Amino acid sequence: MSERAPRVPRESGRFNPREVLAAAKEAAVAALVALGLFVLLIGVRTDQGPTGALVIRTRFGALAAIVAAVFVGRLVLALARHDARLSIGRLAPAALRAALSGLGIYAAAAFLAFALIVPIVFYTDRYLLDLAILIVTYTMLGFGLNIVVGLAGLLDLGYVAFYAVGAYSYALIAQHFGLSFWICLPLAGILAAFAGLILGFPVLRLRGDYLAIVTLGFGEIIRLILLNWQDLTGGPNGISEIARPSFFGLPFNSTAHGFAATFGLTYSPTHRIVFLYYIILALALITNWVTLRLRRLPIGRAWEALREDEIACRALGINTTTTKLTAFAMGAMFGGFAGAFFATRQGFISPESFTFGESALVLTIVVLGGRGSQLGVAVAATVMLGGFEFFREFEQYRMLVFGAAMVAIVIYRPRGLVATRTPSVSLGARTDIPAAIAGGARTETPA
Amino acid sequence: MEYFVQQLINGITLGSIYGLIAIGYTMVYGIIGMINFAHGDIFMVGAFTALIAFLVLVALGVSAVPLALFIVLLVSMALTALYGWTVERIAYRPLRQSSRLAPLISAIGMSIILQNYVQVAQGARVKPLPPLVSGGYTLLHGNDFAVRLSNIQIVVVVTTFALMAGFSFLVARTRLGRNMRACEQDLKMAALLGIDVDRTISLTFVIGAALAAVAGLMFLLYYGVVDFFIGFLAGVKAFTAAVLGGIGSLPGAMLGGILIGLIETLWSAYFSIEYKDVAAFAILIIVLIFLPTGILGRPEVEKV
Repeated sequence: MSERAPRVPRESGRFNPREVLAAAKEAAVAALVALGLFVLLIGVRTDQGPTGALVIRTRFGALAAIVAAVFVGRLVLALARHDARLSIGRLAPAALRAALSGLGIYAAAAFLAFALIVPIVFYTDRYLLDLAILIVTYTMLGFGLNIVVGLAGLLDLGYVAFYAVGAYSYALIAQHFGLSFWICLPLAGILAAFAGLILGFPVLRLRGDYLAIVTLGFGEIIRLILLNWQDLTGGPNGISEIARPSFFGLPFNSTAHGFAATFGLTYSPTHRIVFLYYIILALALITNWVTLRLRRLPIGRAWEALREDEIACRALGINTTTTKLTAFAMGAMFGGFAGAFFATRQGFISPESFTFGESALVLTIVVLGGRGSQLGVAVAATVMLGGFEFFREFEQYRMLVFGAAMVAIVIYRPRGLVATRTPSVSLGARTDIPAAIAGGARTETPA
Repeated sequence: MEYFVQQLINGITLGSIYGLIAIGYTMVYGIIGMINFAHGDIFMVGAFTALIAFLVLVALGVSAVPLALFIVLLVSMALTALYGWTVERIAYRPLRQSSRLAPLISAIGMSIILQNYVQVAQGARVKPLPPLVSGGYTLLHGNDFAVRLSNIQIVVVVTTFALMAGFSFLVARTRLGRNMRACEQDLKMAALLGIDVDRTISLTFVIGAALAAVAGLMFLLYYGVVDFFIGFLAGVKAFTAAVLGGIGSLPGAMLGGILIGLIETLWSAYFSIEYKDVAAFAILIIVLIFLPTGILGRPEVEKV
């Protein structure tokens, strides 16, 4: 592996002409590559014409703009590399960063307080309430996946399967046996946990990347079965008219036995939305609490040991079989809860909602938040889902930015946006885990 | 009997396409030990590049189909290879020293980027292309069923095997091939012996992407439609093929590809077409669990 000599950034502000020339050359090469990449796919647009055959039209303006942007971007980057004043270290001094990381605990408290009053503040805004429910649902999914990926270090690309199992369990049980949401919720969690065990058993022997691919296959199989087992699941049409949850037996409707009438309120459909919001918030907080408690128990420590080194873990006498299975079952159970909630909120589910894209989205949230960090997951879910609702007109670029964020985070901040993971157990003073270890900087030589 | 032979022919054609994609997976895994999750999407980019290049050629007045296809092949291989190079440079090279999972996550991100980039740039609709290579031969006449071998199937299989032969020669006989094999055995040692490891890895990605582009063109000619999502399924199946054949082994990739193609076609023909992808994923899981070294692969020894 070729190691580059460390560059010594100059303090003076002036640019050396040789450096400018080199940077310009670098930028020109980058622009040329960009031209090659985008000349056909962006420069030419294909559409179906009136006869059904494809017709093309050119978009050289957009192409030129992108190539120019790449040139300028690369030029600035190349020049910035030579100038110490522009380095990241200067922009965010160590003291500021330390202060920010110290804010972690207050940030978490403030975040929670805000989450609690959301329905009161935005009571009149149905749209924002729906968005808040969505964000908290994904936060919960992120917490669940964090157990598997963040704590146990098992990369699960089929997490959405458990979400689907939870959702379909609830929908089918409620439909066929007429049980209420509150009875079905634990059942959905248990069934999803079983699905987790079923997946867990065969993959026990697999290494990291093979395990990831097997979980991906598992997730897709579940979706394809849901899609094709028409008699049970309704196939692509899904299941509709799923029962809504009630408030201790009081339904949210305008009848005399409804929630509003019983408490002497005027009926409003918002009551149900607020109620749903608090259900999912409670579920997410339970997930968070359970995770934090588990991390202190022997099983949680075993998960974290497994993440760091499986062989060392086995050498220390930790039963890796049960460790992996509990991680899968735990993560799956919370996914199942979230799924049941999703079904009851939507009132309609179909395999469309459980594609690989969902798994990737939840994984992005976990990676972005910092594998293992609870606050990070919540922040990441808010930023990703909330941020994009904010810029609705850029809807089609949404996944593009998710993907880019995923790559950028893994490369530049392997510990995630909020990197405040402290060891669960330590001797003496607690210190942050250095990025080199948390990022998994252990060199592996491919055999 | 005739029906079976027909399915055999279809399966081998499909398997050749998978085999071409599988080579990209197997080479990258062999050298840097990572699953290039974005490779299926590179294949999809190759198919789109081929489609657009062909339409541009038609618009420019190149009407002879063989000539147009030859130019399309070259353009598509070159541009897709550039994608392969760029993806490696941006998303994988900075992570070469990190744990196994980091490059995989980065690759998933790259796969999402490529899919959505093509969707934004070209639209989500299916892109049809009228058949360019038509005609064929009737091989066998049954009672009410005739086995047909179409010209396009001949083109696909012959191109695949020609490329395989050329590529095997490259790996076995040329300097680049020797460097690649050296890197596969031991990256650090290869670097100590003066092999430009970065360049070798880049070229591996470039070659893999170029072969995926050929697969993309073949897919386009064979099925006549592409959309931005074809890379996911084709990628998973090609990866299955690579593992089934033994990851890191080139003949294994081809063998695995043809086996997967046959299994998929025969499953659709005799069991149920709805569950053909379930079959593919199930085989993937079974192979990874029970036969992780594949048919022609070497067992991987985990060193501490």
